[in-house]
Amino acid sequence: MSDDLKYDSLLLRPIVKTGRAFYITVAILLTLGLWGVVSYLYQLAYGLGVTGLSRPTYWGFYITNFVFFIGISHAGTLISAILRLAQAEWRRAITRSAEVITVMVLLFGVGNVLIDLGRPDRMFNIIKHANFRSPLLWDVSSICTYLTCSIIYLYLPLIPDIAILRDNTTKYRWFYKTLALGWRGTPRQHRRLEIGIAIMAVVVIPVAVSVHTVVSYVFSMTIQPMWHSAIFGPYFVAGAIFSGIAALIIAMAVIRRAYNLQNYLKQIHFNYLGILLLVMTLLWFYFTFSEYLTTFYGNEPVHMAIFYAKFTGEYAPYFWTMVVTCFVIPFVILCNRKTRTVAGTVVASVSITIGMWLERFTIVVPTLVNPRLPWEKGFYIQSWVEVGETVGCFAFFILFYVLFTKFFPIVSIWEIREGREKSVVEVQERVQSYLPSEEEA
Amino acid sequence: MPKWGMVIDLDKCSACQACVTACHLENNVALPTAASASKSRSIYWIQMLPMKEGRYPHFKMKMIPVLCFHCEHPPCTKVCPVKATYQNPEGIVGQIYRRCIGCRYCTTACPYTVRHFNWSEPEWPKEMVPSLNPDVSCRMKGVVEKCTFCHHRLQKAREQAKMENRELKPGEYLPACVEACPGQAMYFGDLEDETSEVTKLSREPRAFKLLEDLGTEPKVIYLG
Repeated sequence: MSDDLKYDSLLLRPIVKTGRAFYITVAILLTLGLWGVVSYLYQLAYGLGVTGLSRPTYWGFYITNFVFFIGISHAGTLISAILRLAQAEWRRAITRSAEVITVMVLLFGVGNVLIDLGRPDRMFNIIKHANFRSPLLWDVSSICTYLTCSIIYLYLPLIPDIAILRDNTTKYRWFYKTLALGWRGTPRQHRRLEIGIAIMAVVVIPVAVSVHTVVSYVFSMTIQPMWHSAIFGPYFVAGAIFSGIAALIIAMAVIRRAYNLQNYLKQIHFNYLGILLLVMTLLWFYFTFSEYLTTFYGNEPVHMAIFYAKFTGEYAPYFWTMVVTCFVIPFVILCNRKTRTVAGTVVASVSITIGMWLERFTIVVPTLVNPRLPWEKGFYIQSWVEVGETVGCFAFFILFYVLFTKFFPIVSIWEIREGREKSVVEVQERVQSYLPSEEEA
Repeated sequence: MPKWGMVIDLDKCSACQACVTACHLENNVALPTAASASKSRSIYWIQMLPMKEGRYPHFKMKMIPVLCFHCEHPPCTKVCPVKATYQNPEGIVGQIYRRCIGCRYCTTACPYTVRHFNWSEPEWPKEMVPSLNPDVSCRMKGVVEKCTFCHHRLQKAREQAKMENRELKPGEYLPACVEACPGQAMYFGDLEDETSEVTKLSREPRAFKLLEDLGTEPKVIYLG
């Protein structure tokens, strides 16, 4: 075993050794994924009539999933980039697991739009006959840029670790050798890598913000009541980061447990992320409050029909569950230092994940069910096909994530080592530079 | 360039639904079935809808025929990612079925919810298939469709006029619904033409447009 792994051989263990738990997990996820595949094939054969959609409720689960998954994708790249730029030293163990979420979940965000198409066979018309006046085209452009940036941003910090794998493992040598791009760890290579990562970290932030803003524009650019709102851009971005952090905490907790990484993903990481999550909880509540108060005070009948559908009507169970799971539960848990533990933050995160899915749902569906012309009132009951495809998407997302951890270290080995060797001194120097120098004092 | 528009006199309309039937036959619209109706998936290019006004005891109910309003500023054409729906120079909002990807963005953007989606392959009773209108292309599963103001009739009338080497005369191009209306409650013509009947009627004090405050400028105008 080389010098690289003096301390961190534990991080390679998931790649080298595969236990029974892994196969059981994969089997379960594949079974659930299969439900999704069967549902989709059934839908492909019989058309979108097999869903619960109708006129005027033209969008339902799929568009909800689309917004939700794109939201989750903000976990990774954005949080990781911000932490990197802020030189937050505690990021070292968590950036990789965050970045992987982004890349994997984006596929399903886009996938849900494609599932939603009545004619998936014609999807390339989006390129052939592109209409840039349509917010959907803005989405396509923005998400493609984001996916590309996120893949590069995931890959760059992965290169030194791939080289470690190339030098220390026997399986798939050719695979790691190709991906390592001849990394030898020379100072010049390190300098270039750092410049690359720094550039991508800066580039990725505006791109990530644009992505969810543009997703919100799909709704807010129409003149439909309770969609046509200027707050939607920032509201969606805040919600995205909110659900993203929650997803990251869940992923980290699972990894920590499954691969015994308690020494890497420590209590302190969950505590810090918990504080970040608390800030987002409050921000989410602030946006939600502003949005609904403005509607309520204006008291326009077309808006109020939707408002009451959510507050007291048929969507009240969804709406109030959302308020409890997005605000009440996480707020109570996270504002108390004693409950901001690993278990506590995970409970809050699971609650938020459910709540944010419901938030997306209560934005998409009630507006469509209550259109401007009151006699057109619709209804929506999802079918097993839509449930199946939703479950399938979640299963495949988790499966892809699990498979990633089997091929690449989910905690960045070289960055941890860099932290150990360089940053401890660097941080000491940095703190010293903040203080008045001795001569002047 | 003409701007085609329609005026519907609600005082003359008896809600007999002759327009609805004529439209289905003219445009090869799949017939509503019990199954499609119960799921709110029946397709109507024109439909009689109950408009309720006020509250008891000051309650009034009107049946009004609702079709695509061919808005001057259509919210639907802007949002189509593939330009499958568009407004032609004569103001008619068209739909290219062979290009539509079925994303249903136009259907959600339309404030009048008059755009319809083919949730499954359209079907007709066996006996009806030979009598489908050859001038109108049938739609396929997974695309959006809606009223075209019987655009194919305009093309036909224009060809006829060209053959006879003359201009298109008023009344030569009428959508099937207008033609079928037994109470003659529906008028159709050029809204740009100062002298046309629809222009005169559209200036009556009784004239109103649905959701006029949205600024979509519908080209179907109601009297009543």
